[in-house]
Amino acid sequence: MDIIQVVGIGLIATILALILKEQKPMFAFLLATVTGVIIFLVVIGKISEVIRVLEKMAAQANLNMIYLDTILKIIGIAYIAEFGAQVTRDAGQGAIASKIELAGKVLIMVMAIPILSLIVETIVRLLPS
Amino acid sequence: MGMNVDAIFQIAGMGIIVAMIHTVLKSSGKEDWANWVTLIGIIVVLFMVASYINDLFQEIKRVFLFK
Repeated sequence: MDIIQVVGIGLIATILALILKEQKPMFAFLLATVTGVIIFLVVIGKISEVIRVLEKMAAQANLNMIYLDTILKIIGIAYIAEFGAQVTRDAGQGAIASKIELAGKVLIMVMAIPILSLIVETIVRLLPS
Repeated sequence: MGMNVDAIFQIAGMGIIVAMIHTVLKSSGKEDWANWVTLIGIIVVLFMVASYINDLFQEIKRVFLFK
């Protein structure tokens, strides 16, 4: 029942942040960041189990490992970018948050280009010339 | 898990204590000392937060990026 732990951590941290916000907003912000990190660390263990299963399935299907690698990297970039953007937006810097999201999107696109070009090549080969 | 939750309480406690010291020093007329205490408290907490974020990034690298 990890969800109960996560919700408990979130509620306690929210109350503490509300108390701190009146005195020192900086500490409230740092507290929120650490809470995000901790909840993520609780969840990431579960994700890694799922990913191991996916890897095994891909190996059984004789899939090229580069595809799975790329997809997992894209998921990782998405998570990190989302985390950073939300923390930054929480601190009131919406512009920086938007730029972090932009950087995440661009990097994801760069990683996806090889797969995209492969798909286009395959389609071109399938087409009757 | 237990160690993780401790960090939240540590940071909240640091914040409350620093705010208290700040108020006490300010009311006794030592404004500059109060500001120094706040600054040092923020630096200490920032250090802790930085190490936690480092943990998070290492974990994400381990899980998603295989390196």
